[in-house]
Amino acid sequence: MNVIVISLLVLGVTGLVAAVLLFFIAQKFKVEEDPRIDEVQEALPGANCGGCGFAGCRAMAEACVKADSLDGLLCPVGGAETMKAVGSILGKEAAAVAPKVAVVRCNGTCEARPRTSVYDGTRSCQIENALYVGETACAFGCLGCGDCVSACQFGALSMDPKTGLPVVDEDKCTACGQCVKACPRHIIELRNKGPKSRRMVVLCINKDKGAPARKACLNACIGCGKCEKECNFEAITVENNVAYIDFEKCRLCRKCEAACPTGAIHAINFPPRKVEVNAESESKKEVKNENV
Amino acid sequence: MKTFKIGGVHPQDNKEFSAHRPIIECGLPAKAVIPLVQHIGAPAQAVVEKGQKVKVGELIAKAGGFVSANIHSPYSGTINKIDSYVDGWGMRQQAIFIDVEGDEWLEDIDRTPTVVRECNLEPKAIIDKIAAAGIVGLGGACFPTQVKLMPPPGKKAEVLVINGVECEPYLTCDHQLMLEHGEEIVIGIQILLKALGINKAVIGIEANKPDAIARMKELTNRTLGISVQPLKLKYPQGGEKQLIDACIGRQVPSGALPIEVGAVVDNVATVFAVYQAVQKNMPLISRVMTITGKHLANPGNYQVRFGTPLTDVVALAGGIPEDTGKIIGGGPMMGRAMVSIDMPANKRVSGLLFLPEDESRRVEPENCIRCGKCLDACPMGLEPYLLAKLSEHELWDELEDHNVMDCIDCGCCLFTCPSHRPLLDYIRLGKGKVGGIIRARQAAKK
Repeated sequence: MNVIVISLLVLGVTGLVAAVLLFFIAQKFKVEEDPRIDEVQEALPGANCGGCGFAGCRAMAEACVKADSLDGLLCPVGGAETMKAVGSILGKEAAAVAPKVAVVRCNGTCEARPRTSVYDGTRSCQIENALYVGETACAFGCLGCGDCVSACQFGALSMDPKTGLPVVDEDKCTACGQCVKACPRHIIELRNKGPKSRRMVVLCINKDKGAPARKACLNACIGCGKCEKECNFEAITVENNVAYIDFEKCRLCRKCEAACPTGAIHAINFPPRKVEVNAESESKKEVKNENV
Repeated sequence: MKTFKIGGVHPQDNKEFSAHRPIIECGLPAKAVIPLVQHIGAPAQAVVEKGQKVKVGELIAKAGGFVSANIHSPYSGTINKIDSYVDGWGMRQQAIFIDVEGDEWLEDIDRTPTVVRECNLEPKAIIDKIAAAGIVGLGGACFPTQVKLMPPPGKKAEVLVINGVECEPYLTCDHQLMLEHGEEIVIGIQILLKALGINKAVIGIEANKPDAIARMKELTNRTLGISVQPLKLKYPQGGEKQLIDACIGRQVPSGALPIEVGAVVDNVATVFAVYQAVQKNMPLISRVMTITGKHLANPGNYQVRFGTPLTDVVALAGGIPEDTGKIIGGGPMMGRAMVSIDMPANKRVSGLLFLPEDESRRVEPENCIRCGKCLDACPMGLEPYLLAKLSEHELWDELEDHNVMDCIDCGCCLFTCPSHRPLLDYIRLGKGKVGGIIRARQAAKK
């Protein structure tokens, strides 16, 4: 009996002393943390994708709380809505940002881009790109090993077995930019989603001159400059033999699409055009109106 | 017989197809394309203009930096244009296009076969002549030779190691060069010794070339300080660090250059080019290439001037065999499969190998079985399985800690792996990434 009492007593006293000690230590070494960080983190999507440029959502939340204004801080996944919520927690103004989406700027389908060799090495775009030009003669086009697909954490990318090119699921794409980093050929670009998700894109980044570019791929931009002349808003520039449409300036008039002789310019998510009399241009449009 | 201590593999050497075939000179093409990048380092800068007439041996592009090399015209004719061309791997490179007209040489180039023994030049003059001739290491890396001959301050060269190993299977160009131009090579070695201010040279030759060993021994019998070291057959004995270990028993530390242990390494083909440049005023405008393959009609060793389309050389060797599945630029271990042979010969391409269809496919990789064969095979004492895994998971910092930059791309790990894992593919990827990170760090420091 005595033994039990003594052991209870000893343990109890030790526990009590330790508790008091811990209490004071906790007081002494207390880490002050802004409670708003937790709140902001709650408001963020929690995907930890790193698309904002920080190590994860927690780091982003800390940066938001620390910063004087929310300019330059953007969660691409949550977009403007999330940043608005963050702004209301912190009492800061969130800048309005246009939502973006990843665009694969290559339309070198299997039919358009003939194969010149067979690659039987490791299925990795990075490795293939370091070795040689790839299975086709285009040194700029998609290699088709799917590095971007495995980089996407949101399941927004998939390879189309028909074309051999990656396809972006616009509903799932959060524009976090991981695929942009994964692509060794820098084919994927984050572009403004545009009104009603409609936008004009040059689906080619081939910097070769017209003849070799066209020889390598039927859908290549040959840098002829017709679109540049056609554009009334100075949105198109042709540099290094390839056209580029500035999405900030583009007014979606679709004139460039009609002017492009190789069909490199695509109008995405537009309704099909009204039937015109000219049969020739009709057949041209049919090819171009597919959603990419 | 000696060999290097760590790792190594024994691939079938397959040299019988082209060994002992006399060097045949390849004819002149009608049009030639001279690439501006034929070496490691900065691209050469063209110094000729469109429409200009050039003679054989005239400087057409000068070195674009300290680590760079001059390029001379291998043909006489008119400069057609300076434009880009597509190389055998499908990439665009800058080049000088020449319309070949006749074969008119610069007058001070001695084209007679007489062997010139006397060399009364000062070391500095020899190095200048080598630099002017645009000589690069013809063993494969194409590192400008004059840079090697000027040790950084505080370092002193002690031994010149000559690489006559040719450990790469199939290739026989260095072997044949030693047999046919042994005398010139020995004079070239003496010139290099003079340039370095040292008196000891070792020629390393693998045991599968007994006639070359005998020939070089006979030639170096009465020359002071030059000895021949027969070496046991093992790949990659021709690697710089492996050769130093095998020939003089010194180990180059991780991340260091051979000069750290007092060694300078040059290939026999480079030494021959040095002889040509110093004694005959002949700049580097051609090289010996091995064109080989199991089913090739005329495999052999061909003296090819740079800029000659490889298709011409292959036509001379009997054309592409019908069952060809893969064409490799270089040897089977270090070479790279090509997309097309419609490209000009240059300082870099030491051979062409035509592999039949049944030998040209890679085997589907299986899981790593942790057998450790790659550890035993790696001549640099690395852990290939680990490096490949780290690279696959993009752990660049850890890769650097595991000395990925020491990898010499020899492919022993890939060759020995029973699961056919693409070890080298991933290690090379990691090497590229880590190299970039290191360069960025150094640039930031400055």
